[in-house]
Amino acid sequence: MPKDDGIGAATVRREDVRFLTGAGQYTDDIKAYGETAAVFARSTVANGIIKSIDTTAAAAMPGVLAIFTGEDFVEVGGNPAGWLINSRDGTPMHEPKRPVLAHGKVRHVGDAYAAVIAETVEQAKNAAEAIEADIEELEAIVNMKDALAGSNFVHDEIGTNQCFDWGWIEDNREATDAAIKGAHHVTTLELVNNRLVPNAMEPRSSRAEYRAANDEYVLHTTSQNPHLTRLLISAFVLGIPENKLTVIAPDVGGGFGSKIYHYGEEALVLAAAKKLGRPVTWTADRSEAFLTDAHGRDHVTKIELALDEDGNFLAFRTETLANVGAYLSNFATATPTFLHGTLMAGNYTVPNVYVNVKAVFTNTAPVDAYRGAGRPEATYSLERVIDKAAREIGRDPIELRRQNFIKADQYPFASAAGLEYDSGNYDALMDQMEKVADVAGFAERRKASEAKGLLRGFGVNAYIEACGIAPSNLVGVLGSRVGLYDAATVRVNATGNLSVMVGAHSHGQGHETAFPQVVAEMLGIDAAAIDIVHGDTSKIPFGMGTYGSRSLAVCGSAVVRATEKVINKAKKIAAHMLEVSDGDIEFNDGQFSVAGTDKSVSFGDVALKAYIPHEFPLEDIEPGLEETAFYDPANFTYPSGAYCCEVELDPETGKVTVESMTAVDDFGNVINPMIVTGQVHGGLGQGIGQALLENTTYDENGQLLSASYMDYAMPRADDVPFYTVDHSQGNACTHNPLGVKGCGEAGAIGSPPTVVNAVIDAMQSGGKNVTHIDMPVTPHRVWSAMQNA
Amino acid sequence: MTKVTMTINGKSVAGEIEGNTLLSAFLRDDQRLTGTHVGCDTSQCGACVVHVNGRPVKSCTMFAAEAEGAQVSTIEGQANADGSLNVIQQAFQDHHGLQCGFCTPGMVMTTAALLKDNPKPTVDEVREHLEGNICRCTGYHNIVKAIMAASGQDVSAIAAE
Repeated sequence: MPKDDGIGAATVRREDVRFLTGAGQYTDDIKAYGETAAVFARSTVANGIIKSIDTTAAAAMPGVLAIFTGEDFVEVGGNPAGWLINSRDGTPMHEPKRPVLAHGKVRHVGDAYAAVIAETVEQAKNAAEAIEADIEELEAIVNMKDALAGSNFVHDEIGTNQCFDWGWIEDNREATDAAIKGAHHVTTLELVNNRLVPNAMEPRSSRAEYRAANDEYVLHTTSQNPHLTRLLISAFVLGIPENKLTVIAPDVGGGFGSKIYHYGEEALVLAAAKKLGRPVTWTADRSEAFLTDAHGRDHVTKIELALDEDGNFLAFRTETLANVGAYLSNFATATPTFLHGTLMAGNYTVPNVYVNVKAVFTNTAPVDAYRGAGRPEATYSLERVIDKAAREIGRDPIELRRQNFIKADQYPFASAAGLEYDSGNYDALMDQMEKVADVAGFAERRKASEAKGLLRGFGVNAYIEACGIAPSNLVGVLGSRVGLYDAATVRVNATGNLSVMVGAHSHGQGHETAFPQVVAEMLGIDAAAIDIVHGDTSKIPFGMGTYGSRSLAVCGSAVVRATEKVINKAKKIAAHMLEVSDGDIEFNDGQFSVAGTDKSVSFGDVALKAYIPHEFPLEDIEPGLEETAFYDPANFTYPSGAYCCEVELDPETGKVTVESMTAVDDFGNVINPMIVTGQVHGGLGQGIGQALLENTTYDENGQLLSASYMDYAMPRADDVPFYTVDHSQGNACTHNPLGVKGCGEAGAIGSPPTVVNAVIDAMQSGGKNVTHIDMPVTPHRVWSAMQNA
Repeated sequence: MTKVTMTINGKSVAGEIEGNTLLSAFLRDDQRLTGTHVGCDTSQCGACVVHVNGRPVKSCTMFAAEAEGAQVSTIEGQANADGSLNVIQQAFQDHHGLQCGFCTPGMVMTTAALLKDNPKPTVDEVREHLEGNICRCTGYHNIVKAIMAASGQDVSAIAAE
């Protein structure tokens, strides 16, 4: 019988109680005696030469304690890119230095060139405004094509705005070209994957303390991966020894990728705290977040799909320009390459894939991973061009996909883009989607919409993603500067309760509830007796944090391994207590028993014995019951899904309403279905936001026009429908102990092409031969497309 | 500096503040009631919603001095007298109406105001009423469901889990 708080139970979240009562502790909530505030002076121009910075007047203002400029950080290191990409010709990418504070030049609006520390935020703001910076504005580099063609460079020292020109897989290029050249039919689509701002609701915040007596630093910061942040600060930027720097990511109000990275503000508050001997806190206001958080997407892509006369896919070929902004954020180079190009075979048996990506520096905020990170871009290109091809050759879009799906008996399957998919069943997902969404009833619903004077469209999509990031050996070959294992320590306390220290970080994902479910299931004890500790580098083992839907697949696997070690040791202790050999001990439902007898001891008895080791075989077994495991995955995990949605479109206004959205996903095994469903809901909301509402707009001078919630259209409650989410068609991952695949990003990957395909279907049903429209599909764009069709 | 007095969650408080101190800053920094969050500074996101004299306000857009003599309720005062979650809070937990928790205090306070005026709202009314509260985590599905449940209405027809 399944435990009611074990694997598979929809246990409500224990962390909710503090969030619902205002007792959460986010970085900006932490205050102590002697608190000071940091405020940054930021560039108002996109590109400019810093001629001089005069801080004299600012320094004399009330409450000002210290002022820093780029000069103060010339001797320290830059914030590095985490992934080294080589161009097609074998040359390494360009990696210009990303300083703590801008020095010499400012390179995007919001680029910080100075910081003021004062007694209060207001005093620091006033002083920051009093800094006299003479910055000579230069022509801004905003458009990627212009950036590649021109002789005006974001970084003069590298003499180009092209970071790299990457081919994947270069050895497939000729075969792909030949397949396209000889194909019966080629469908071509040029599209934009719109630039987005992640917009976690908690703005970034960092707070540093310095304890001179021990030469120790403590940094509280809004991070998805405190150990990675510590490593970057210690090994690359400030050189603080890791053992002298504690990084704590307390409650964090959402991340979606934007809080993976180390940012200069973290280094600044650390340096300031040491200089002043007082705590220093910086918290972004929302406009600062828009200007300086790493943005997402921003690809311009041409994709071609070649088909034979029967509709079999022969090749996908893409050329993409990927904006990386003014500086390389930590994973900016991995996102458009190995998280994108490797997925360009999709769910299909297509034999030829070639991807070319040119990464381009511009005078805009850095661009990096945002929920899905490369995989939404891949899925969007594939699933849009497949729909277009279906229309061109007169095929049903679902049937054309099915014809080309990898079949359930073909796993493991080596994709033409270089990955080995371990498991899946895309036809079963599509079957289930057609059933739960009542696809057969669409024609009737379309009639009902048309009776109201509205057009109704149906859109479909199939996706695969690579999660559980990532096998260290593989990513090392591909250019990663870090390993991507994770770690867990399971500490059984003497009285039988547990503290489980994990490298993953929970900022909405519910780890404090889901991870104990795994341990409770394995140990046969109540989940309530198990607490998760995360986010504090002084307490947890070295782990790589949370992104890429990796927490459960990678860190959860480490939890399993550490718990197995605990069980193995506990069996030895139990064998000693029961005076039998280890091999005679069975462990079930929290009881260690001797096979074939009624002799047993409980898990709690063993825990107590481990810590009060009287009459203990010390020569064979150490006291204590605590084990650590590091887990490095053997492969990526491959969640997949079939999505559909129906939209209503008002031809008079161009307004699109998403009437239904169905997501059928294969996440492998599911630990807590309530949390998994919630993760999909959130991804769907963000995906609908990308498809219909959200856009990040810089003008030709590099000014961000969408820098507040009055200018950037965030999805609100009345912009989205109730969703139908189904994960009944799971195929267990074959290579991790829980058989889990990861669910955090699926919704944001699967939904944008689904919505846009539905909008095009709606326009087509109204007699308008519109074959393409770019996101966000605003009323203006829809109306214009229909007028021009 | 200006002296301000008000009642917060039933307790009389007084503070010395600058005239331009926002109510959100007074609650967070002076009173150390950090459950009220600031998410946007422009009155858009609703993370800072509290009640002043029974009405919901965005505390990032009101001076503390304007609350002189007022009855102020914050998220910290919403639980039942015995410390257990109130009906709205419990519904949010039961229906997974929160993830990262940052927008949650504002969502709970906004819901309380809605249900006071409209004890049995329709789904459309709930969605409309939430136009001033942004959540980036949940896609709103479970927030709307939790609010319907908190109003005592049957939510079994709304997709489960």
